Amino acid sequence: MFDFSIVTSSIHAWLSEYLSQGLAIFVECVAVGIGILALYAIIAIIMIYMERKVCAAFQCRIGPVRVGPFGLFQLIADVIKMLIKEIIIISHSDKFLYNLAPYVVIVGSVLAFACLPISQGLEILDFNIGVFFFLAVSSIGVIGILLAGWSSNNKFSLIGAMRSGSQMISYELSIGLSVLTVVALAGTMQFSEIVAMQSSGWLLFKGHIPAVIAFVVYLIAANAECNRGPFDLPEAESELTAGFHTEYSGMHFGLFYVAEFVNLFIVSAFAATVFLGGWMPFHVSGLDGFNRIMDYIPGALWFFGKSFFLVWVLMWIKWTFPRLRVDQILQLEWKYLVPIGLVNLSIMALCAVFGWHF
Amino acid sequence: MENKKTYLGKIASAIESLATGMGITGKEFFTPKVTECYPENRDTLYIFDRFKGVLEMPHDENGNSKCIACGMCQTVCPNDAIVVDSEMVEDEASGKKKKQLVKYEYDLGSCMYCNLCVEICPTDAIRFNTGFENAVFDRSLLNMTLHVAKAGTAKKEETSVLADKPEALEKKEKPDQK
Repeated sequence: MFDFSIVTSSIHAWLSEYLSQGLAIFVECVAVGIGILALYAIIAIIMIYMERKVCAAFQCRIGPVRVGPFGLFQLIADVIKMLIKEIIIISHSDKFLYNLAPYVVIVGSVLAFACLPISQGLEILDFNIGVFFFLAVSSIGVIGILLAGWSSNNKFSLIGAMRSGSQMISYELSIGLSVLTVVALAGTMQFSEIVAMQSSGWLLFKGHIPAVIAFVVYLIAANAECNRGPFDLPEAESELTAGFHTEYSGMHFGLFYVAEFVNLFIVSAFAATVFLGGWMPFHVSGLDGFNRIMDYIPGALWFFGKSFFLVWVLMWIKWTFPRLRVDQILQLEWKYLVPIGLVNLSIMALCAVFGWHF
Repeated sequence: MENKKTYLGKIASAIESLATGMGITGKEFFTPKVTECYPENRDTLYIFDRFKGVLEMPHDENGNSKCIACGMCQTVCPNDAIVVDSEMVEDEASGKKKKQLVKYEYDLGSCMYCNLCVEICPTDAIRFNTGFENAVFDRSLLNMTLHVAKAGTAKKEETSVLADKPEALEKKEKPDQK
């Protein structure tokens, strides 16, 4: 496998020749920041296109085809439209919080995005509590949504925000439990180590039954975290017009919109990293020839392939099931997913202690 | 009722029903789509046979139609969109008197595509084709005469009204004419 840290360390060495140590690190940080924002925007655009095409296919349509080949330029047209739209200031809103809310959402999303290892050595934030940090920053978004609903001075927005708050805080628990299950098996919270230990087999296969249960629970809870699919109560077009972002227009709305789509990618990429080996190619222990062929496929391709496959699965779920009621959502979480998660965690703990895994 | 199920039974039935739903949509995802990209595929456009576009009277290669000028279509038409002109002629061979079609006028603008004329026709002389591009610049262009044999009317694949009405295009030049 190509180790990307060769490139980064050579860039660092080259910069250190001309600049002082502190200045070199500053320049690198700026470059990384620009790179991650650019990647963030590109993934948002890909996700919006994918959502349209996949949704169309599930509804027996063909999706956008008019603008450009296969409707590809539709996205560019949408981006331009979003950028040049007026940002309307609501007269009786809490202006500071109203303007702050989209940035809180996007900051949480970008920070979570920075944790994901894209290829070997191509990781931005990688330290020994990586998984914990990921869960912490990904739940910052709920503050932004609550702020948006509160500051809009609109009943629908506030109801949407409160629904979102109760839903996301509840499902945080299931995500935590299912991720804890994997951490118990892996024995580490550092993303690079979790990926590295999957070189002999993905954790989904290594942890057999409890890992599969944790994977399914994670997918359900992650869908709820993204306010998507059958759990789109905070937005609930038919009930709340657009929920917490009813009063937002122009690029402020665009930030919510982009954050929603990239959050979907982030939770899928996280599941791909933790359960399906991230950038690690598909390895079967014993078949060395097969493993070597798999190694020729670059890690980034594996990472994005797995992530977008999981994105597709989540879209499949979204376009299949109708929206749940509030009480049904909380019932599903507290009466089913949390007990299952707790039992599953104890099973995994037993498996890890007695070595009942591969 | 649902409440009689045990906790685990509920989970099992939930998984089963969710999997059924996922199966149906999953199949739909891979089903070829039936959407017609209309202006681009105008040459290969498929319109289902039962679509009622424009009334037409098929003629055979000698220019004869099956119409016996009975006028039932004119009588049954709710909107008076059809006017049948006929005359009595004597058949030379048998000497019997017989009705013959002189003019068959059809106003597409008044037609509501109820299909009554086609259903009542005793000889199946008229039918609806699948042409739907009926937009014209003047109402008078929607008045058609069906008793004259036109090239291509024997086939059912006709899609354009204007294409087989060159005289209608000429009329467009003087819209005052009524």
